[in-house]
Amino acid sequence: MLRFALRRLLIMIPIAVIVTFLVYAMVFALPGDPIRALSGQKPLAESVIAAKRAYYHLNDPLFVQYLHFMGNLLKGDLGQTFDGQDIGEQLALRWPVTLQLGLTALAIQLVLGLVSGVYAGWRRDGLVDRALLGATLGVLAVPGLVAMFFAQSFFAVELSWFPVSGATDGWPGSYLLPATVLGVLGFAGLARVTRTSIAEVASADFVRTARAKGLAPNRILWGHVLRNAMLPVITYIGLDLAGILGGAIITEGIYNLNGIGQFMFRSIAMKEGGVVVTLSTVLLLGYMLVNLVVDLLYGLLDPRVRHV
Amino acid sequence: MNRPMAAEPLLDVRDLSVEFDTRAGRLRAVDFVSWTLHRGRTLVILGESGSGKSVSTQAITGILDSPPGHVTGGQALFDGMDLLTLTERARRGVVGSRISLVFQDALSALNPVHTVGRQIAELYRVHRGTSRSDAMKRAAEMLDRVGIPGARGRVHDYPHQFSGGMRQRVMIAMALALGPEVLIADEPTTALDVTVQAQILELLAEIQADTDMGVVLITHDLAVAAEIADDLVVMYAGRVVESGATADVLGDPQHPYTQGLLQSVPSAERRGQDLPAIPGTPPDLMRLPSGCPFRPRCPHAHDRCVTERPALQPAPGELRFGACHLLDQPLSPEGAAR
Repeated sequence: MLRFALRRLLIMIPIAVIVTFLVYAMVFALPGDPIRALSGQKPLAESVIAAKRAYYHLNDPLFVQYLHFMGNLLKGDLGQTFDGQDIGEQLALRWPVTLQLGLTALAIQLVLGLVSGVYAGWRRDGLVDRALLGATLGVLAVPGLVAMFFAQSFFAVELSWFPVSGATDGWPGSYLLPATVLGVLGFAGLARVTRTSIAEVASADFVRTARAKGLAPNRILWGHVLRNAMLPVITYIGLDLAGILGGAIITEGIYNLNGIGQFMFRSIAMKEGGVVVTLSTVLLLGYMLVNLVVDLLYGLLDPRVRHV
Repeated sequence: MNRPMAAEPLLDVRDLSVEFDTRAGRLRAVDFVSWTLHRGRTLVILGESGSGKSVSTQAITGILDSPPGHVTGGQALFDGMDLLTLTERARRGVVGSRISLVFQDALSALNPVHTVGRQIAELYRVHRGTSRSDAMKRAAEMLDRVGIPGARGRVHDYPHQFSGGMRQRVMIAMALALGPEVLIADEPTTALDVTVQAQILELLAEIQADTDMGVVLITHDLAVAAEIADDLVVMYAGRVVESGATADVLGDPQHPYTQGLLQSVPSAERRGQDLPAIPGTPPDLMRLPSGCPFRPRCPHAHDRCVTERPALQPAPGELRFGACHLLDQPLSPEGAAR
């Protein structure tokens, strides 16, 4: 298992280099000169522009710029925005907001999706299974934005159960409504994947063996079905975390939560290339970390993966 | 039916019927099947795919997928109980410990994410309440008993780390763990090559000699049946067409289906000649022909076979039964004409 983990970790290094370089190159290729854009209508003196360009290494070739950027990143220096704020500090301020929103949404999604999916799959074609099929279809049919705005106007404005926007109430007050909407939107896919996986494993040969061993249904579910059925589910959750992060950017905008999503959104609007690259890189690394965890969990759950 | 054999039957299946709900309607997969297993004997159920041989044993042990399968009639008497009417809880006390099963494909029949030791130990834990470490120790003993080298270390291995033959030994170890009185083996050697197949059959015979358990072996392989069966039940289209002691059934087959099967076995004497085969294909259970289901493929079929289904009736010899109208009018070359 340790060798398996190390191997997975080693594979991540070249992927991280390639992916961050691609993001960097894409931002590099964007049209417009960021220093000139910074000054707006009034042109800057040539000497100032030259100094700024030298400071940000903008005259170096792409690859050298990338190396500077990665070097600083590894030293923990994320650089500055063009108006002189430290990106690292900004991130430190905003991470908790996004993390609280994302994790709360994830928790709601996992509880709803796993419980209903496992139950429906184990009692396939039962009442819960049919109800779940209808409910997930409904949820999948509603566009996320519509649900967000509707929930805000109905539960927050109309009924006043939750604050309308902002994070001033802290956790959980300010996060409950947006996280619930995010979680319920995400639960449909998870519930379906779980339901199908459980139902499929329940008809596997080794489950028949378990019945032939005289095991009680609960023991068969917990001891034999669940662990096998979790393999595709974990893969799905790993992929879906990206969806939650993407959803968080929109949600933070609608509910005015000052997190990474807001920061990213503003930086794109202001053409802050450096910030966008840094944020994307951090998000990508985070995403790769999640994938690593998924891979490791996979190896932990399925010995066949471990021994390949 | 008179039963001259004095010994009390170990497992007595009477008039078992099983139906399946399919999209196209209900079909009868097992139709009034009866057989009797005695202590220390091996009963082979012989038949091609779809003849109902596996379904009948799955129905008895309560592991039939239900729905779509339903037992619609019959009895399965074991130690004074009717297995078919036991509560699920009571049946769980019998199946797995006193009656156990071995399946065809051990790779898919074993849980891929648990060690083989854990899967065997589970039986001791659930049925006997044995402690975890004791159960593992016994699992290792079982692996050793079925001839797995280095059993003590191999309990910690997973099914995919074993070869096909060793995996089937693991299955057998699991089935024998609690010292069952009845072992039902559903095509245990079909997925294995011939040498390994012989080893597994030998192992089963050895264990049976030690323990006096009754073995029900399901196969479509006439050679396997001839080698190990004490008693033989031949099934066709969900029905028993012939049953009796193996030597009698194979030496003097009464039913045209059994005769056809025996003729289609390759032999040295008929080298160079075409191998006779039973013409046609097994019937679709949804659209069984009227009368005798074997009629369209039978060389001896006559008018009565179209209108009247032959019942299982005593045939010449001890404890022999056949389901063919020819048993009423003994087979002769002239009589066979339509």
